[in-house]
Amino acid sequence: MTTYIIRRLLYMIPVIFGVSFIIFVLFNVVAGDPAPLLLGKHATVQQIHDLREQLGLNKPLFAQYMDVVKSAFTFDFGRSWATRQDIIEMIRQGAWPSLTLTIPAFMISTILSILLALVVAFYRGKGIDLTIRFLCIAGQSISSVAYILFFQYFFAYKLGWFEISGYEPEFPVFLSYVALPGIIWIVLSLGPDVRFFRTVILDEIYQDYVRTARAKGLGEITVLLKHVLRNAMIPIITYVVIQIPFLILGALLLESFFSIPGLGGITLNALNSSDFPVIKAMAVLSSIAYILFSLLTDVLYTLADPRVKLK
Amino acid sequence: MSAQDTKSLWADAFSRLVRDRWALISLVIVLVYAGIAVLATIGWGLPDWKTSQASEYLAPNGQFWLGTDLFGRDVFAKVIHGTKIAMSVGLVTSLIAIPIGVFIGAIAGYFGGWIDDIISWFITTFSSIPNIMLLISITLIMGKGLVSVYLALGITGWVGLARLIRGEVMKHKEREYVHAASAIGGGHFRKLFIHILPNVTHLVIINTSLQFQTAIKSEVILSYLGLGVQGEPSWGTMIDDARQELARGVWWQLAGATFAMFLVVLAFNILGDALRDSLDPKLKGK
Repeated sequence: MTTYIIRRLLYMIPVIFGVSFIIFVLFNVVAGDPAPLLLGKHATVQQIHDLREQLGLNKPLFAQYMDVVKSAFTFDFGRSWATRQDIIEMIRQGAWPSLTLTIPAFMISTILSILLALVVAFYRGKGIDLTIRFLCIAGQSISSVAYILFFQYFFAYKLGWFEISGYEPEFPVFLSYVALPGIIWIVLSLGPDVRFFRTVILDEIYQDYVRTARAKGLGEITVLLKHVLRNAMIPIITYVVIQIPFLILGALLLESFFSIPGLGGITLNALNSSDFPVIKAMAVLSSIAYILFSLLTDVLYTLADPRVKLK
Repeated sequence: MSAQDTKSLWADAFSRLVRDRWALISLVIVLVYAGIAVLATIGWGLPDWKTSQASEYLAPNGQFWLGTDLFGRDVFAKVIHGTKIAMSVGLVTSLIAIPIGVFIGAIAGYFGGWIDDIISWFITTFSSIPNIMLLISITLIMGKGLVSVYLALGITGWVGLARLIRGEVMKHKEREYVHAASAIGGGHFRKLFIHILPNVTHLVIINTSLQFQTAIKSEVILSYLGLGVQGEPSWGTMIDDARQELARGVWWQLAGATFAMFLVVLAFNILGDALRDSLDPKLKGK
């Protein structure tokens, strides 16, 4: 397994080169010259030249590409064009608010969805199964922006149950700020999650070992929890773990609606001020997180299913 | 041999699809939306959304079923015209994403070896960047507007399908019918495009229905981010407008656009599920 992990870690290198290349093509080749944009209409030729020099934009393209690759390996993304802050420092500050929102919401929604999926699998084909499935599909068909607008308006503005927006980093004060966006997160996740987990569980439920378990007199609940769930773990792990990098990126829309100063908010501000280095940094970091967590999924497989051998 | 047995897979799938009442209703809904989108494109027979017809923010009433907006324009007419953007975003992004996905996936799955290594690397690289980051980056760079939305959603949409087709083609290329095609002298091109691809078409159809609803939902998010369509009513910009309106008690723009979108995305969802069931060759004749 160690050799497998080392090989996968080495495979990260060409992928990081690839990710850097896509980001380089987008921001350094297609995007054109950002200097006039940053300096405004009245910039002199000299000013534009100086700025390009300073940002490393008058280097040959290959050298600019190597700059992007280097930043991916050293995590040195330079400074934001808009705020002049060190980008890694900005990200460090944004991580806490993002994680206080996304981690509890993610954990609650995952556990709740698995439980609900077990319930609908238990009552498969009956009224309760059909109702929950329909609610899931219907819930998924509504725009996430509409959910956010409505929940914020109704529960925070109309009823006054939650803070409308803002954030305080101290525990437990932050709970009053992240509760409502957290609830919206859970509501948004339930639809797709329950549907996915239900399919996975039903794939197992017609297997021979389930019939054997029933035949030897085990109750349906024991069969579901001890046998079916255990065997459904592989697709569940893949589905759950691969979402974790996106928690780090933060809930982009939720953070901006509720003015939570997290990573999603930072990304959106960067978007609005054409702050290329920040967006590049976020894209590189979230990609690296994605690659690491997909490796973690494979390692977890061996724990969930001893038959899986990583070579 | 009864008539049932001689039916082709497609005829059989179609008859199973229309027997499913919900799928049939969904198909009708999708076709009605498509019809409205065509009418809106040729500008014929639909209510006028451009001119200011009344004072601002009239509540829904007998004349304006969904009230009026800030400029006194008919919200119902805007919802109707928004169909055009939604359906065209779904159509154009499918036309970009699906050929790319099928081609890349088929080549990788069929040839294997170093071609597969390179394409798999490309797919891994592409899927490592979170979709939302790519969407934001592409629209930021290409500028606001419909073309950027098309491109951004089209370029990000092919990855899942490519991976799916790659796996399926890998399975098919060792089947007997492909060996038979080799034996009668069929070349790579013939085997891949004439023999194997028709057998994975059902994945393409299911994916198109998925791509449509993803595109329609993403248009709303991009419009909220200020990157979406300009100068034409879209459900995304209408929902975005509602941010300022809700506090004033103006709910009809949000409600109208959300409901119009809900209905068609729900229809695509149900249709997608039904297609998956009816196109599954294992269920043939059931």
